Order: sequence, then structure tokens, then C-alpha cells
Amino acid sequence: MWVLSGLCLTAGSAFVLIGGIGLLRMPSLYTRLHAASLTDTLGTLLMLAGIIIQAGFTLAAIKLFAIAVFLLLTGPTAAYALANAALLSGSVPQARLLDDPEP
Amino acid sequence: MTIVFGIFLLTLLVVVAIGIVRAENLFTAVMLTGIFSLLMAANFFVLDAADVALTEAAVGAGISTVLLLGGLALVPGRERSRERLHRLALAVVALTTLMVVYATFEKPRLGDPDAPVHQHVAPWYLEMTPELVDIPNVVTAVLGTFRGYDTLGEVIVVFTAGLGVLFLLGLPGVIGERNVDDLAVGRSYLGHHLVPQVVGTLLIPFILLFALYVQFHGEYGPGGGFQAGAIFAAGMVLHSLIAGEKESLMVISPRMLVLLMAGGALLFGGVGILTMLLGGNFLDYNVLAENPVAGQQWGILIIELGVGLSVTGVLLAIYHAFAARSR
Amino acid sequence: MYLAASFAIFVTMVLAIIRALAGPSVYDRVLAVNMFGTKTVLLLSVVAFLYGRPDFLDLALAYALINFISVLAVLQFFENRRSAEDQSTEKT
Repeated sequence: MWVLSGLCLTAGSAFVLIGGIGLLRMPSLYTRLHAASLTDTLGTLLMLAGIIIQAGFTLAAIKLFAIAVFLLLTGPTAAYALANAALLSGSVPQARLLDDPEP
Repeated sequence: MTIVFGIFLLTLLVVVAIGIVRAENLFTAVMLTGIFSLLMAANFFVLDAADVALTEAAVGAGISTVLLLGGLALVPGRERSRERLHRLALAVVALTTLMVVYATFEKPRLGDPDAPVHQHVAPWYLEMTPELVDIPNVVTAVLGTFRGYDTLGEVIVVFTAGLGVLFLLGLPGVIGERNVDDLAVGRSYLGHHLVPQVVGTLLIPFILLFALYVQFHGEYGPGGGFQAGAIFAAGMVLHSLIAGEKESLMVISPRMLVLLMAGGALLFGGVGILTMLLGGNFLDYNVLAENPVAGQQWGILIIELGVGLSVTGVLLAIYHAFAARSR
Repeated sequence: MYLAASFAIFVTMVLAIIRALAGPSVYDRVLAVNMFGTKTVLLLSVVAFLYGRPDFLDLALAYALINFISVLAVLQFFENRRSAEDQSTEKT
């Protein structure tokens, strides 16, 4: 029980950290969007699952489950809306390798 | 532990504050203000003040950002650049900062039980709440009963703020020359895209339900009228973002908004007058029921409802006043 | 355990703030604020359990909803501004 919860928490923290580092190091807006939104949702779900396992079957676990469901629904939607707005405003995603010089 | 978290959060706060001051693009400043509010909410939370944290998160990071953006839509986007360094202002601020820092040397340590602030009324409130009011959340008891006049003043302040904004900007259909029919019809940008529309429409009932939960659960946990009003207004703002301004003004009409604003404050004052008519003092809830403790609980419930109604009305009215003007 | 998790979240919050301060375009900043918001929700949940106060989860729930609304409001604002500029450049 504790082991499973600890595993979920550790994995969640790792994803969250990876997302943060990706936000900082990625070269353009769309790659940053990719890094931030995907790891956001998965890391959050894993961490909340870790806490739910430890909480047992109480009211707190139901509230955490509600938070997880809301974040699952709204995280990707916010990322979609952001990507759409960025695309409409004209910044086009450019495919290039990391070693290429800045265009 | 609290100290470590506190230091972390306060350092980030200073960094963000410097960022806000140095940002020339006003939109950047608004975004950083959102982060600032969140950091303050986390700080309050770490210090165990849940009601204040909830209010700061709901009002500061949610509604305030939306309203600031509404204001930004009406002005040019960059701050007027200033060239000179005002030496006198800098000297005055530096002197005041040094004096305040010097004054903090005499303050008691964080959480010290012998501090003067914990000696006089605070232990009395903590002891007498189970006996006189019998609700678990002492903050609501203090807000609603022991300091009821202050809360009445706060509701009147919120109402006055709403009045001020409405007089300056007007609300279509109620104040000013514009009519609701003049507004551009049709869904806004977000409503044209399927994903935000579906997810948003799915979430709105839950947000409103959660607002009602926070409103009436204020006696047992963090919550109360101010927070519930802000969350309810946020839900209706989401509806307005998805369905368009005109549609949203047909759901809660401007007349209804003005009624909510004034009605909430009237409800609060009305409870006071009712208690006077029943023989007690102004806002003396003991006379509202047979058992004085039950009377206190009824009184707190009704005034929190008044606060929630008023805050909802004001925040929504200000949002619609800004949003309807920018078209 | 919870302490290590909360430190990881803190570090990510700092990284998000750096991106918010340094992002070249406004969408970078909006992305950073959105991420900061989700991390705040996580931090509130973890610290609520760390302190043993599960009734504070109401804050995390409220904040999860409010964060979404403010990001959508920001994007709507951008779209209004962009279409207003497009209209004014069409007229001239």
C-alpha cells in the first residue's frame, strides 16, 4: 500500500519536474506547450492517485478524485485553446532540429 | 517547516513583485499579478488561514485577472515610459522601508502564544464559540456574530464599489444609453471551437453547485459568503465566455444583477432590523429562535446568504460593464 | 515522502515563474501562468495532507476551477484584441 503510493508520488514528482525543465529549455512556443501540458496532466494524476491510495475511502479521497477529474478535463482544454490562439495569431510551428541556428 | 515554506514563498513573491514593476507591457503585468495572488494564497494556506486563502484564490487570481483584462481591453497596451529617476521619491521610500524593517525587530516570533495579540479577545472567542454559537469554524463565528457590524460594513463597501463602477461605465439596459439589443449577437471566439464549448458547458453546473456548497458549508469548513459569491460569478463568467455576451445577459438580466447587488446588502441589514423588531438589539441573533444558540446559527446562515448574493451581483455587474463596453 | 513531493512542486513553480518573467511572447507567459496554477492546486493538495487537514481540499478544488476560467478569459481577450486590430487594418 505504502509502496504503491510512494511509487505514484515519486513518478508524479518526476513528471512534474520534467515538465518544468521542459518549459524552460524547449526552443519554441509549441514545443514548450507540448512539454508543459502533457506532463502537467499526467504528473498531477499520478500524484493525486498516490495521495488517494493513502487516504483510504474517506470524504477527502472523494474530493481528491473530483480534483483529478476536473484537472483531467480542463488541462487539455486549456492547452488546446492556447495552441489555437497562438496559431491564429500567426506564430507558425517550425520544424527544425535542436542544433539548427535560430531562423 | 512552516518557516521553510514561508521563506520560499515570500522570496518568490519579491521576485514576482519586481517583475511586475519592471514590466512595460501591461499584459505581462496582469499575468504576473495573477501569479502574485496565487503565491499569496499559498502563503496564507501555509500559515493555516484557510478562509483567507480561499478568498484570495477565488477573488485575486480568478475574478481580478478577468476584470483587469477587461480594463486592459479599453486602453493601449504599453505603459508610458518614464525617463527620469525621481530621487526624492526613492529617498522617501527607502527611509520608510528602513524604519519598517527596524520596527519588525521588536515583533514577537511567529506563533508565539504569549504575544499580545493572543491575550485579549482571541482566547475569549476560542472559548466562547462552542458555548454561544456552537459551530466548528471559529472564523465564521467571529465574522458573522462577534464582529457582525464589520461584516455589514464590508458588504456595504462591496456594494458601493459596484455602484461606482456602474455609474462610471454603465450597464446596458439599466444604466446608460445602451440597450441589451445593441450588443453583438452570436457566440464569441471560444464558442466556435468544439472542445472548449463542450468542456465548458459540462463544467458550469458543477462550478455553480460547488459555489452553493461553499456558501452553506461556511460554518463547518473554509467557506462563506465572499468566497461563494466569487466562485458563482466565475461560473457565470465562464458561461459568458462561451455563449457570448448577449446570451449571458439574457440568462441573468442586468436588472436582476442590480437586484442581487442591492438585495444582498438589504438582506443583511434586514436581519438586523428584524432582530430589533423582535425585541433584541441590532444584529442580536439570540432572539431569532427559541434557543439562543439556534438563533445564532440561523442569523449567521442568513447574513452569509446576503453577503453571497451581494458579492455575486457586484462581480458580475462589473464584469458585464467592462465586457459590454469593449464591443 | 510528502515533503519531497512538495519540494519538487516548489522547484517547478520557480521554473514556471522564470518562464513567465522571460517568455518572449505573451503566449509563453499565459502557458507559464496556467502551469503555475495547476502546480498550486497540487501543492495545496499535498500540503493539506502533510498538515493532516483534509478539509482544506476545498481550496484546491476551487482553485482548479478558477484557473481554467482565467486562462480562457485571457485567450478570449487576445482574440478580441486581434480581431479588433484586423478590423481596423481592413478599414485603412
